[in-house]
Amino acid sequence: MIDALIDPWRYDFMQRALAEMTIIGVLCGVIGCFVVLRGLAFIGDALAHAVFPGVVLSYMADRSILWGAFAFGSLTALGVALLSRTRRVSEDSAIGVIFAAFFALGVVLISREAGFKKDLGSLLFGNILGVSQADLVVTAVIGAVVLVVFFSLLKEFTLVAFDPTLATSSGYPVFLLEVVLLLLVSATIVVSLQAVGNILILALVVTPPAAARLLTDRLPVMMAWSAGLAVLSGVVGLYVSYHADTAAGGTVVLVATGCFLVALVAAPNHGLVSSYLLARRGQHHAHHHHPMGEAGEVH
Amino acid sequence: MTISPPRSRPALRPGPELGAPDSGLPGPLICEGVSAGYRTGFRLAGIDLVAGPGDVTGLIGPNGGGKSTLLKALAGVVPTLGGTITLGGRPLNRLPGAVAYVPQREEVNWDFPATAHDVVLMGRFRASGWWRRPTKADRALAARALEEVGLGGLGGRHISAFSGGQQQRIFFARAIAQEPRVLLLDEPFTGVDSENREVCHDVIRRFAGAGVIVLMATHDLDEVAANCTHVCCLNQRLIAFGPTKTTYTAANLKATFGGRVAVFEGGAA
Repeated sequence: MIDALIDPWRYDFMQRALAEMTIIGVLCGVIGCFVVLRGLAFIGDALAHAVFPGVVLSYMADRSILWGAFAFGSLTALGVALLSRTRRVSEDSAIGVIFAAFFALGVVLISREAGFKKDLGSLLFGNILGVSQADLVVTAVIGAVVLVVFFSLLKEFTLVAFDPTLATSSGYPVFLLEVVLLLLVSATIVVSLQAVGNILILALVVTPPAAARLLTDRLPVMMAWSAGLAVLSGVVGLYVSYHADTAAGGTVVLVATGCFLVALVAAPNHGLVSSYLLARRGQHHAHHHHPMGEAGEVH
Repeated sequence: MTISPPRSRPALRPGPELGAPDSGLPGPLICEGVSAGYRTGFRLAGIDLVAGPGDVTGLIGPNGGGKSTLLKALAGVVPTLGGTITLGGRPLNRLPGAVAYVPQREEVNWDFPATAHDVVLMGRFRASGWWRRPTKADRALAARALEEVGLGGLGGRHISAFSGGQQQRIFFARAIAQEPRVLLLDEPFTGVDSENREVCHDVIRRFAGAGVIVLMATHDLDEVAANCTHVCCLNQRLIAFGPTKTTYTAANLKATFGGRVAVFEGGAA
Protein backbone atom coordinates (compact mmCIF):
# COMPACT_ATOMS: atom_id res chain seq x y z
CA MET A 1 0.00 0.00 0.00
CA ILE A 2 2.66 2.49 1.06
CA ASP A 3 4.72 1.43 -1.91
CA ALA A 4 1.84 2.19 -4.21
CA LEU A 5 1.75 5.73 -2.82
CA ILE A 6 5.51 6.33 -2.88
CA ASP A 7 6.35 4.58 -6.10
CA PRO A 8 5.23 7.35 -8.53
CA TRP A 9 7.43 9.92 -6.72
CA ARG A 10 10.54 8.14 -8.03
CA TYR A 11 9.92 9.74 -11.39
CA ASP A 12 10.55 13.41 -12.07
CA PHE A 13 7.71 13.55 -14.55
CA MET A 14 5.28 12.26 -11.92
CA GLN A 15 6.50 14.82 -9.38
CA ARG A 16 5.96 17.59 -11.88
CA ALA A 17 2.58 16.20 -12.85
CA LEU A 18 1.46 16.07 -9.22
CA ALA A 19 2.66 19.64 -8.61
CA GLU A 20 0.97 20.89 -11.78
CA MET A 21 -2.26 19.10 -10.88
CA THR A 22 -2.26 20.69 -7.42
CA ILE A 23 -1.84 24.22 -8.76
CA ILE A 24 -4.48 23.69 -11.43
CA GLY A 25 -6.82 22.08 -8.91
CA VAL A 26 -6.73 25.11 -6.62
CA LEU A 27 -7.11 27.49 -9.55
CA CYS A 28 -9.97 25.66 -11.27
CA GLY A 29 -11.67 24.88 -7.96
CA VAL A 30 -11.77 28.51 -6.86
CA ILE A 31 -12.51 30.25 -10.17
CA GLY A 32 -14.90 27.46 -11.13
CA CYS A 33 -17.20 28.44 -8.24
CA PHE A 34 -18.14 31.57 -10.14
CA VAL A 35 -18.47 29.65 -13.39
CA VAL A 36 -21.06 27.49 -11.64
CA LEU A 37 -22.79 30.26 -9.69
CA ARG A 38 -23.06 32.51 -12.73
CA GLY A 39 -24.16 29.70 -15.02
CA LEU A 40 -21.09 30.20 -17.22
CA ALA A 41 -20.49 26.53 -17.97
CA PHE A 42 -21.33 26.95 -21.64
CA ILE A 43 -19.07 30.00 -21.89
CA GLY A 44 -16.31 27.99 -20.22
CA ASP A 45 -16.70 25.25 -22.78
CA ALA A 46 -16.71 27.85 -25.54
CA LEU A 47 -13.48 29.41 -24.20
CA ALA A 48 -11.77 26.03 -24.05
CA HIS A 49 -12.60 25.36 -27.70
CA ALA A 50 -12.06 28.89 -28.96
CA VAL A 51 -8.41 28.94 -27.88
CA PHE A 52 -7.67 26.07 -30.27
CA PRO A 53 -6.62 28.20 -33.29
CA GLY A 54 -4.40 30.24 -30.97
CA VAL A 55 -2.64 27.08 -29.93
CA VAL A 56 -2.16 26.02 -33.54
CA LEU A 57 -0.83 29.44 -34.54
CA SER A 58 1.66 29.48 -31.62
CA TYR A 59 2.80 26.05 -32.67
CA MET A 60 3.29 27.20 -36.26
CA ALA A 61 5.23 30.25 -35.01
CA ASP A 62 7.24 27.98 -32.75
CA ARG A 63 6.15 29.82 -29.59
CA SER A 64 4.74 28.58 -26.29
CA ILE A 65 1.11 27.61 -26.84
CA LEU A 66 0.15 29.88 -23.95
CA TRP A 67 0.50 33.08 -25.96
CA GLY A 68 -1.81 32.11 -28.77
CA ALA A 69 -4.24 30.53 -26.34
CA PHE A 70 -4.32 33.68 -24.23
CA ALA A 71 -4.87 35.88 -27.25
CA PHE A 72 -7.82 33.86 -28.51
CA GLY A 73 -9.20 33.27 -25.01
CA SER A 74 -9.24 37.01 -24.30
CA LEU A 75 -10.73 37.72 -27.72
CA THR A 76 -13.52 35.25 -27.05
CA ALA A 77 -14.12 36.59 -23.53
CA LEU A 78 -14.48 40.11 -24.91
CA GLY A 79 -16.63 38.96 -27.81
CA VAL A 80 -19.00 37.08 -25.51
CA ALA A 81 -19.23 40.02 -23.09
CA LEU A 82 -19.99 42.44 -25.93
CA LEU A 83 -22.47 40.16 -27.68
CA SER A 84 -24.36 39.55 -24.47
CA ARG A 85 -24.96 43.31 -24.29
CA THR A 86 -26.73 43.52 -27.62
CA ARG A 87 -30.18 42.04 -27.81
CA ARG A 88 -30.08 41.05 -31.44
CA VAL A 89 -28.88 37.49 -30.93
CA SER A 90 -29.57 35.34 -27.89
CA GLU A 91 -26.47 34.94 -25.76
CA ASP A 92 -26.38 31.17 -26.21
CA SER A 93 -26.47 31.44 -29.98
CA ALA A 94 -23.83 34.16 -29.94
CA ILE A 95 -21.47 32.01 -27.90
CA GLY A 96 -22.20 29.02 -30.12
CA VAL A 97 -21.40 30.99 -33.26
CA ILE A 98 -18.12 32.36 -31.89
CA PHE A 99 -16.67 29.18 -30.49
CA ALA A 100 -17.63 26.93 -33.37
CA ALA A 101 -16.12 29.46 -35.78
CA PHE A 102 -12.86 29.65 -33.83
CA PHE A 103 -12.62 25.90 -33.44
CA ALA A 104 -13.22 25.49 -37.16
CA LEU A 105 -10.45 28.01 -37.83
CA GLY A 106 -8.16 25.84 -35.76
CA VAL A 107 -9.14 22.74 -37.70
CA VAL A 108 -8.50 24.48 -41.03
CA LEU A 109 -5.12 25.80 -39.88
CA ILE A 110 -4.07 22.41 -38.60
CA SER A 111 -5.01 20.70 -41.86
CA ARG A 112 -2.18 22.70 -43.50
CA GLU A 113 0.39 21.50 -40.95
CA ALA A 114 1.55 17.97 -41.56
CA GLY A 115 3.78 17.83 -38.48
CA PHE A 116 1.08 18.80 -36.03
CA LYS A 117 -1.08 15.74 -36.41
CA LYS A 118 0.74 13.58 -33.92
CA ASP A 119 0.41 16.24 -31.20
CA LEU A 120 -3.28 16.71 -31.81
CA GLY A 121 -4.18 14.07 -29.26
CA SER A 122 -2.18 15.73 -26.49
CA LEU A 123 -3.83 19.05 -27.28
CA LEU A 124 -7.36 17.70 -27.21
CA PHE A 125 -6.90 15.39 -24.25
CA GLY A 126 -3.98 16.91 -22.38
CA ASN A 127 -0.54 15.64 -21.58
CA ILE A 128 0.07 16.20 -17.91
CA LEU A 129 2.94 13.71 -17.85
CA GLY A 130 4.78 15.87 -20.39
CA VAL A 131 4.82 18.99 -18.19
CA SER A 132 8.27 20.57 -18.05
CA GLN A 133 9.87 22.52 -15.23
CA ALA A 134 9.31 25.71 -17.22
CA ASP A 135 5.62 24.87 -17.76
CA LEU A 136 5.28 24.40 -14.02
CA VAL A 137 6.76 27.83 -13.29
CA VAL A 138 4.51 29.51 -15.86
CA THR A 139 1.43 27.79 -14.43
CA ALA A 140 2.37 28.83 -10.89
CA VAL A 141 3.00 32.46 -11.85
CA ILE A 142 -0.18 32.86 -13.91
CA GLY A 143 -2.20 30.98 -11.32
CA ALA A 144 -0.94 33.31 -8.59
CA VAL A 145 -1.78 36.41 -10.64
CA VAL A 146 -5.28 35.09 -11.39
CA LEU A 147 -5.94 34.29 -7.73
CA VAL A 148 -4.62 37.66 -6.49
CA VAL A 149 -6.85 39.57 -8.91
CA PHE A 150 -9.78 37.30 -8.14
CA PHE A 151 -9.58 37.63 -4.36
CA SER A 152 -9.01 41.40 -4.59
CA LEU A 153 -12.30 41.73 -6.44
CA LEU A 154 -14.18 38.93 -4.67
CA LYS A 155 -16.57 41.33 -2.93
CA GLU A 156 -17.42 43.00 -6.22
CA PHE A 157 -17.75 39.71 -8.16
CA THR A 158 -20.06 38.37 -5.45
CA LEU A 159 -22.26 41.45 -5.62
CA VAL A 160 -22.50 41.32 -9.40
CA ALA A 161 -23.26 37.58 -9.29
CA PHE A 162 -26.00 37.83 -6.69
CA ASP A 163 -27.63 41.14 -7.52
CA PRO A 164 -26.34 42.97 -10.61
CA THR A 165 -29.04 45.60 -10.14
CA LEU A 166 -27.66 46.60 -6.76
CA ALA A 167 -24.16 46.64 -8.23
CA THR A 168 -25.26 48.94 -11.07
CA SER A 169 -27.27 51.25 -8.86
CA SER A 170 -24.31 51.51 -6.47
CA GLY A 171 -22.19 52.82 -9.33
CA TYR A 172 -20.00 49.75 -9.94
CA PRO A 173 -18.71 49.28 -13.51
CA VAL A 174 -20.61 46.02 -13.92
CA PHE A 175 -19.62 45.44 -17.54
CA LEU A 176 -15.93 45.90 -16.75
CA LEU A 177 -16.17 43.49 -13.81
CA GLU A 178 -17.91 41.04 -16.13
CA VAL A 179 -15.06 41.25 -18.63
CA VAL A 180 -12.41 40.85 -15.92
CA LEU A 181 -14.16 37.74 -14.56
CA LEU A 182 -14.33 36.24 -18.06
CA LEU A 183 -10.63 37.00 -18.58
CA LEU A 184 -9.82 35.22 -15.30
CA VAL A 185 -11.89 32.21 -16.39
CA SER A 186 -10.14 32.32 -19.74
CA ALA A 187 -6.67 32.42 -18.13
CA THR A 188 -7.61 29.56 -15.82
CA ILE A 189 -8.69 27.44 -18.75
CA VAL A 190 -5.61 28.28 -20.80
CA VAL A 191 -3.08 27.32 -18.13
CA SER A 192 -5.00 24.14 -17.39
CA LEU A 193 -5.19 23.04 -21.02
CA GLN A 194 -1.92 21.19 -20.86
CA ALA A 195 -3.15 19.00 -18.03
CA VAL A 196 -6.47 17.78 -19.34
CA GLY A 197 -6.87 19.26 -22.81
CA ASN A 198 -9.57 21.22 -24.62
CA ILE A 199 -12.33 18.71 -24.24
CA LEU A 200 -12.03 17.78 -20.59
CA ILE A 201 -11.01 21.10 -19.02
CA LEU A 202 -14.66 21.98 -18.48
CA ALA A 203 -14.95 19.11 -16.01
CA LEU A 204 -12.26 20.59 -13.73
CA VAL A 205 -13.93 24.00 -13.78
CA VAL A 206 -17.49 22.79 -13.24
CA THR A 207 -17.53 19.42 -11.45
CA PRO A 208 -15.67 20.25 -8.18
CA PRO A 209 -17.63 23.50 -7.58
CA ALA A 210 -20.90 21.74 -8.35
CA ALA A 211 -20.02 19.09 -5.77
CA ALA A 212 -18.90 21.75 -3.29
CA ARG A 213 -22.18 23.65 -3.66
CA LEU A 214 -23.98 20.54 -2.45
CA LEU A 215 -21.81 20.44 0.66
CA THR A 216 -22.30 23.99 1.96
CA ASP A 217 -24.39 27.15 1.80
CA ARG A 218 -21.49 29.55 2.37
CA LEU A 219 -19.44 30.94 -0.50
CA PRO A 220 -16.01 30.92 1.26
CA VAL A 221 -16.59 27.34 2.41
CA MET A 222 -17.74 26.37 -1.07
CA MET A 223 -14.52 27.74 -2.57
CA ALA A 224 -12.41 25.83 -0.05
CA TRP A 225 -14.29 22.56 -0.67
CA SER A 226 -14.13 23.07 -4.39
CA ALA A 227 -10.38 23.66 -4.43
CA GLY A 228 -9.86 20.70 -2.08
CA LEU A 229 -11.96 18.34 -4.19
CA ALA A 230 -10.25 19.45 -7.40
CA VAL A 231 -6.78 18.85 -5.94
CA LEU A 232 -7.91 15.52 -4.48
CA SER A 233 -9.36 14.42 -7.82
CA GLY A 234 -6.16 15.48 -9.57
CA VAL A 235 -3.83 13.63 -7.24
CA VAL A 236 -5.99 10.51 -6.89
CA GLY A 237 -6.58 10.51 -10.64
CA LEU A 238 -2.84 10.64 -11.31
CA TYR A 239 -2.16 7.75 -8.94
CA VAL A 240 -4.89 5.65 -10.50
CA SER A 241 -3.70 6.42 -14.01
CA TYR A 242 -0.13 5.58 -12.99
CA HIS A 243 -1.03 2.20 -11.56
CA ALA A 244 -3.83 1.25 -13.96
CA ASP A 245 -1.98 2.66 -16.96
CA THR A 246 -4.93 4.78 -18.10
CA ALA A 247 -5.02 8.23 -19.70
CA ALA A 248 -4.28 10.78 -16.95
CA GLY A 249 -6.70 13.55 -18.00
CA GLY A 250 -9.67 11.24 -18.36
CA THR A 251 -8.94 9.44 -15.10
CA VAL A 252 -8.73 12.73 -13.19
CA VAL A 253 -12.09 13.81 -14.59
CA LEU A 254 -13.70 10.49 -13.70
CA VAL A 255 -12.45 10.75 -10.11
CA ALA A 256 -13.90 14.29 -9.92
CA THR A 257 -17.17 12.96 -11.27
CA GLY A 258 -17.09 10.26 -8.59
CA CYS A 259 -16.69 12.97 -5.91
CA PHE A 260 -19.64 14.80 -7.36
CA LEU A 261 -21.83 11.68 -7.31
CA VAL A 262 -20.91 10.96 -3.70
CA ALA A 263 -21.81 14.55 -2.77
CA LEU A 264 -25.03 14.33 -4.74
CA VAL A 265 -26.11 11.27 -2.82
CA ALA A 266 -24.64 11.84 0.62
CA ALA A 267 -24.29 15.62 1.19
CA PRO A 268 -25.57 16.61 4.65
CA ASN A 269 -28.30 19.05 3.61
CA HIS A 270 -28.65 19.02 -0.17
CA GLY A 271 -27.88 15.35 -0.83
CA LEU A 272 -30.49 12.95 -2.15
CA VAL A 273 -30.46 10.84 1.01
CA SER A 274 -30.86 13.71 3.46
CA SER A 275 -33.46 15.41 1.25
CA TYR A 276 -35.42 12.20 1.25
CA LEU A 277 -35.13 11.82 5.02
CA LEU A 278 -36.02 15.47 5.54
CA ALA A 279 -39.05 15.17 3.31
CA ARG A 280 -40.19 12.09 5.18
CA ARG A 281 -39.64 13.70 8.56
CA GLY A 282 -41.37 16.83 7.26
CA GLN A 283 -44.41 14.80 6.25
CA HIS A 284 -44.40 13.06 9.55
CA HIS A 285 -44.05 16.39 11.32
CA ALA A 286 -46.67 18.12 9.27
CA HIS A 287 -49.07 15.30 9.89
CA HIS A 288 -48.75 15.52 13.64
CA HIS A 289 -47.89 19.11 14.47
CA HIS A 290 -48.26 21.43 11.51
CA PRO A 291 -51.47 20.84 9.65
CA MET A 292 -50.50 23.64 7.26
CA GLY A 293 -47.29 21.85 6.32
CA GLU A 294 -44.98 24.74 7.14
CA ALA A 295 -42.48 22.62 9.00
CA GLY A 296 -39.52 23.96 7.05
CA GLU A 297 -40.28 27.63 7.48
CA VAL A 298 -38.60 30.00 9.88
CA HIS A 299 -40.92 31.80 12.25
CA MET B 1 -8.45 52.90 -6.79
CA THR B 2 -11.21 53.81 -4.40
CA ILE B 3 -14.68 55.15 -4.90
CA SER B 4 -14.67 58.54 -3.22
CA PRO B 5 -17.66 59.43 -1.11
CA PRO B 6 -20.05 61.97 -2.60
CA ARG B 7 -18.22 65.27 -2.56
CA SER B 8 -19.70 67.89 -0.28
CA ARG B 9 -21.88 69.59 -2.86
CA PRO B 10 -19.42 72.02 -4.48
CA ALA B 11 -21.48 72.77 -7.56
CA LEU B 12 -24.75 73.13 -5.73
CA ARG B 13 -27.07 75.38 -7.66
CA PRO B 14 -30.25 75.56 -5.62
CA GLY B 15 -33.31 77.01 -7.26
CA PRO B 16 -35.43 79.28 -5.14
CA GLU B 17 -37.75 76.43 -4.19
CA LEU B 18 -35.04 74.00 -3.17
CA GLY B 19 -34.67 75.15 0.41
CA ALA B 20 -31.62 76.38 2.22
CA PRO B 21 -28.50 74.95 0.58
CA ASP B 22 -26.75 74.25 3.87
CA SER B 23 -29.64 72.80 5.82
CA GLY B 24 -27.97 69.40 5.77
CA LEU B 25 -31.11 67.85 4.32
CA PRO B 26 -30.71 65.98 1.05
CA GLY B 27 -33.10 68.30 -0.74
CA PRO B 28 -35.74 67.20 -3.17
CA LEU B 29 -35.54 64.61 -5.90
CA ILE B 30 -36.60 66.31 -9.12
CA CYS B 31 -37.35 64.65 -12.45
CA GLU B 32 -37.73 67.06 -15.34
CA GLY B 33 -38.92 65.77 -18.70
CA VAL B 34 -37.36 62.37 -18.05
CA SER B 35 -37.64 59.74 -20.72
CA ALA B 36 -36.14 56.35 -20.05
CA GLY B 37 -35.91 52.86 -21.50
CA TYR B 38 -34.17 51.25 -24.44
CA ARG B 39 -33.91 52.83 -27.86
CA THR B 40 -35.43 49.82 -29.55
CA GLY B 41 -37.78 48.65 -26.83
CA PHE B 42 -40.12 50.09 -24.26
CA ARG B 43 -39.82 53.77 -23.49
CA LEU B 44 -41.29 56.00 -20.87
CA ALA B 45 -41.45 59.68 -21.72
CA GLY B 46 -42.17 63.07 -20.26
CA ILE B 47 -41.93 62.34 -16.57
CA ASP B 48 -41.97 65.38 -14.26
CA LEU B 49 -42.08 64.84 -10.55
CA VAL B 50 -40.77 66.26 -7.30
CA ALA B 51 -40.33 64.28 -4.11
CA GLY B 52 -39.12 65.89 -0.91
CA PRO B 53 -37.47 64.33 2.16
CA GLY B 54 -39.98 62.16 3.99
CA ASP B 55 -42.37 61.89 1.06
CA VAL B 56 -43.64 58.42 0.22
CA THR B 57 -44.65 58.41 -3.43
CA GLY B 58 -46.65 55.53 -4.84
CA LEU B 59 -46.16 54.74 -8.53
CA ILE B 60 -49.28 53.17 -9.96
CA GLY B 61 -50.36 52.14 -13.42
CA PRO B 62 -51.19 49.09 -15.50
CA ASN B 63 -48.64 46.33 -16.18
CA GLY B 64 -46.23 47.64 -18.77
CA GLY B 65 -47.14 51.19 -17.77
CA GLY B 66 -43.56 51.95 -16.80
CA LYS B 67 -43.52 51.79 -12.99
CA SER B 68 -40.47 49.55 -12.83
CA THR B 69 -38.82 51.37 -15.71
CA LEU B 70 -39.04 54.68 -13.89
CA LEU B 71 -37.64 53.19 -10.68
CA LYS B 72 -34.82 51.54 -12.60
CA ALA B 73 -34.05 54.79 -14.39
CA LEU B 74 -33.80 56.49 -11.01
CA ALA B 75 -31.51 53.68 -9.83
CA GLY B 76 -29.35 54.09 -12.93
CA VAL B 77 -30.10 50.56 -14.13
CA VAL B 78 -32.18 51.54 -17.16
CA PRO B 79 -30.63 54.30 -19.28
CA THR B 80 -32.13 57.77 -19.19
CA LEU B 81 -32.69 58.97 -22.75
CA GLY B 82 -33.60 62.56 -21.97
CA GLY B 83 -34.42 65.03 -19.25
CA THR B 84 -32.67 65.47 -15.91
CA ILE B 85 -32.87 63.74 -12.55
CA THR B 86 -31.40 65.71 -9.66
CA LEU B 87 -31.15 65.25 -5.92
CA GLY B 88 -30.61 68.45 -3.95
CA GLY B 89 -29.61 70.16 -7.19
CA ARG B 90 -26.98 67.61 -8.23
CA PRO B 91 -27.40 64.99 -10.95
CA LEU B 92 -28.50 61.78 -9.26
CA ASN B 93 -26.20 59.61 -11.35
CA ARG B 94 -23.24 61.47 -9.83
CA LEU B 95 -24.34 60.36 -6.35
CA PRO B 96 -24.19 56.57 -6.67
CA GLY B 97 -24.30 55.89 -2.93
CA ALA B 98 -27.46 57.94 -2.49
CA VAL B 99 -29.93 55.41 -3.84
CA ALA B 100 -31.05 52.08 -2.41
CA TYR B 101 -33.06 49.96 -4.81
CA VAL B 102 -35.07 47.03 -3.50
CA PRO B 103 -35.69 44.75 -6.48
CA GLN B 104 -38.59 42.41 -7.01
CA ARG B 105 -37.84 39.22 -5.17
CA GLU B 106 -37.63 37.02 -8.24
CA GLU B 107 -34.86 39.19 -9.72
CA VAL B 108 -32.14 37.54 -7.66
CA ASN B 109 -31.00 33.94 -7.33
CA TRP B 110 -32.08 32.70 -3.89
CA ASP B 111 -29.98 29.56 -4.30
CA PHE B 112 -26.83 31.67 -4.17
CA PRO B 113 -24.58 30.45 -1.34
CA ALA B 114 -25.18 33.33 1.05
CA THR B 115 -26.75 33.86 4.47
CA ALA B 116 -29.16 36.64 5.39
CA HIS B 117 -26.24 38.45 7.03
CA ASP B 118 -24.13 38.10 3.85
CA VAL B 119 -26.90 39.69 1.79
CA VAL B 120 -27.42 42.59 4.20
CA LEU B 121 -23.66 43.15 4.33
CA MET B 122 -23.73 43.65 0.54
CA GLY B 123 -25.44 46.93 1.36
CA ARG B 124 -22.15 48.07 2.90
CA PHE B 125 -19.88 47.03 0.01
CA ARG B 126 -19.94 50.36 -1.72
CA ALA B 127 -19.17 52.26 1.45
CA SER B 128 -16.16 50.01 2.14
CA GLY B 129 -14.64 50.84 -1.26
CA TRP B 130 -12.74 48.68 -3.73
CA TRP B 131 -10.53 45.80 -2.58
CA ARG B 132 -11.33 46.34 1.10
CA ARG B 133 -13.37 43.92 3.12
CA PRO B 134 -16.28 45.20 5.19
CA THR B 135 -15.13 46.36 8.63
CA LYS B 136 -16.39 45.31 12.05
CA ALA B 137 -18.51 48.45 12.08
CA ASP B 138 -20.08 47.41 8.77
CA ARG B 139 -20.88 43.98 10.20
CA ALA B 140 -22.40 45.50 13.30
CA LEU B 141 -24.51 47.80 11.14
CA ALA B 142 -25.71 44.82 9.09
CA ALA B 143 -26.62 42.90 12.24
CA ARG B 144 -28.54 45.92 13.58
CA ALA B 145 -30.39 46.28 10.28
CA LEU B 146 -31.50 42.65 10.51
CA GLU B 147 -32.75 43.29 14.03
CA GLU B 148 -34.69 46.31 12.82
CA VAL B 149 -36.68 44.13 10.43
CA GLY B 150 -37.28 41.56 13.14
CA LEU B 151 -34.81 38.96 11.86
CA GLY B 152 -32.16 39.48 14.54
CA GLY B 153 -30.45 36.22 15.42
CA LEU B 154 -31.37 34.61 12.09
CA GLY B 155 -28.50 36.19 10.14
CA GLY B 156 -26.63 32.89 9.91
CA ARG B 157 -29.37 31.13 7.97
CA HIS B 158 -29.17 30.52 4.25
CA ILE B 159 -31.43 32.89 2.30
CA SER B 160 -33.51 30.09 0.82
CA ALA B 161 -34.57 29.01 4.33
CA PHE B 162 -36.76 32.12 4.67
CA SER B 163 -40.32 32.62 3.49
CA GLY B 164 -41.06 35.08 0.70
CA GLY B 165 -42.12 37.79 3.12
CA GLN B 166 -39.01 37.31 5.20
CA GLN B 167 -36.83 37.50 2.09
CA GLN B 168 -38.42 40.86 1.43
CA ARG B 169 -37.49 41.89 4.97
CA ILE B 170 -33.88 40.85 4.30
CA PHE B 171 -33.91 43.22 1.31
CA PHE B 172 -35.30 45.97 3.51
CA ALA B 173 -32.51 45.32 6.02
CA ARG B 174 -29.98 45.63 3.19
CA ALA B 175 -31.53 48.95 2.22
CA ILE B 176 -31.20 50.12 5.83
CA ALA B 177 -27.52 49.11 5.78
CA GLN B 178 -27.01 51.20 2.64
CA GLU B 179 -28.00 54.35 4.53
CA PRO B 180 -29.57 55.86 1.41
CA ARG B 181 -31.10 59.26 0.78
CA VAL B 182 -33.53 57.82 -1.76
CA LEU B 183 -35.26 54.46 -1.32
CA LEU B 184 -36.78 52.78 -4.39
CA LEU B 185 -39.14 49.84 -3.84
CA ASP B 186 -40.34 47.68 -6.72
CA GLU B 187 -43.57 45.88 -5.82
CA PRO B 188 -42.48 45.41 -2.21
CA PHE B 189 -45.69 43.73 -1.11
CA THR B 190 -46.26 41.18 -3.85
CA GLY B 191 -46.68 37.77 -2.27
CA VAL B 192 -46.02 39.13 1.23
CA ASP B 193 -48.43 38.10 3.98
CA SER B 194 -50.00 40.61 6.35
CA GLU B 195 -47.57 40.03 9.21
CA ASN B 196 -44.49 40.63 7.03
CA ARG B 197 -46.30 43.50 5.34
CA GLU B 198 -46.68 45.24 8.70
CA VAL B 199 -42.93 45.00 9.32
CA CYS B 200 -42.22 46.46 5.88
CA HIS B 201 -44.65 49.33 6.48
CA ASP B 202 -42.98 50.04 9.75
CA VAL B 203 -39.57 50.20 8.07
CA ILE B 204 -40.89 52.50 5.32
CA ARG B 205 -42.37 54.82 7.93
CA ARG B 206 -39.05 54.95 9.76
CA PHE B 207 -37.21 55.72 6.52
CA ALA B 208 -39.66 58.53 5.77
CA GLY B 209 -39.39 59.77 9.34
CA ALA B 210 -35.62 60.01 8.92
CA GLY B 211 -36.07 62.23 5.87
CA VAL B 212 -35.43 59.59 3.22
CA ILE B 213 -37.26 60.07 -0.08
CA VAL B 214 -39.30 56.91 -0.73
CA LEU B 215 -40.74 55.87 -4.09
CA MET B 216 -42.55 52.59 -4.49
CA ALA B 217 -44.14 50.89 -7.44
CA THR B 218 -47.16 48.83 -6.53
CA HIS B 219 -50.22 47.07 -7.90
CA ASP B 220 -52.05 47.55 -4.68
CA LEU B 221 -54.17 50.69 -4.90
CA ASP B 222 -55.40 50.42 -1.31
CA GLU B 223 -51.77 50.40 -0.27
CA VAL B 224 -51.21 53.71 -2.02
CA ALA B 225 -54.37 55.29 -0.65
CA ALA B 226 -53.45 54.31 2.89
CA ASN B 227 -49.70 54.78 3.04
CA CYS B 228 -48.44 57.20 0.39
CA THR B 229 -48.22 60.95 0.73
CA HIS B 230 -48.00 61.33 -3.04
CA VAL B 231 -49.24 59.45 -6.07
CA CYS B 232 -47.71 59.20 -9.51
CA CYS B 233 -49.97 57.70 -12.17
CA LEU B 234 -48.09 56.19 -15.12
CA ASN B 235 -49.21 54.69 -18.38
CA GLN B 236 -46.29 55.01 -20.82
CA ARG B 237 -46.35 58.68 -19.86
CA LEU B 238 -47.18 60.69 -16.78
CA ILE B 239 -50.96 60.82 -16.30
CA ALA B 240 -51.02 62.63 -12.98
CA PHE B 241 -48.74 63.46 -10.08
CA GLY B 242 -49.47 65.14 -6.77
CA PRO B 243 -50.45 64.69 -3.13
CA THR B 244 -52.59 61.60 -2.57
CA LYS B 245 -55.56 63.65 -1.36
CA THR B 246 -55.91 65.58 -4.58
CA THR B 247 -54.43 63.13 -7.09
CA TYR B 248 -55.88 59.76 -6.05
CA THR B 249 -59.19 60.46 -7.75
CA ALA B 250 -61.61 58.41 -9.76
CA ALA B 251 -60.92 60.50 -12.86
CA ASN B 252 -57.13 60.00 -12.63
CA LEU B 253 -57.44 56.26 -11.96
CA LYS B 254 -59.72 55.91 -14.93
CA ALA B 255 -57.31 57.85 -17.12
CA THR B 256 -54.44 55.65 -15.91
CA PHE B 257 -56.02 52.22 -16.12
CA GLY B 258 -58.62 52.83 -18.81
CA GLY B 259 -61.86 51.07 -18.05
CA ARG B 260 -60.08 48.18 -16.38
CA VAL B 261 -60.41 49.23 -12.79
CA ALA B 262 -63.49 49.45 -10.62
CA VAL B 263 -63.61 53.11 -9.73
CA PHE B 264 -64.81 54.13 -6.33
CA GLU B 265 -65.91 57.64 -5.54
CA GLY B 266 -63.82 60.06 -3.55
CA GLY B 267 -60.44 58.36 -3.97
CA ALA B 268 -58.70 57.85 -0.63
CA ALA B 269 -61.22 56.75 1.95
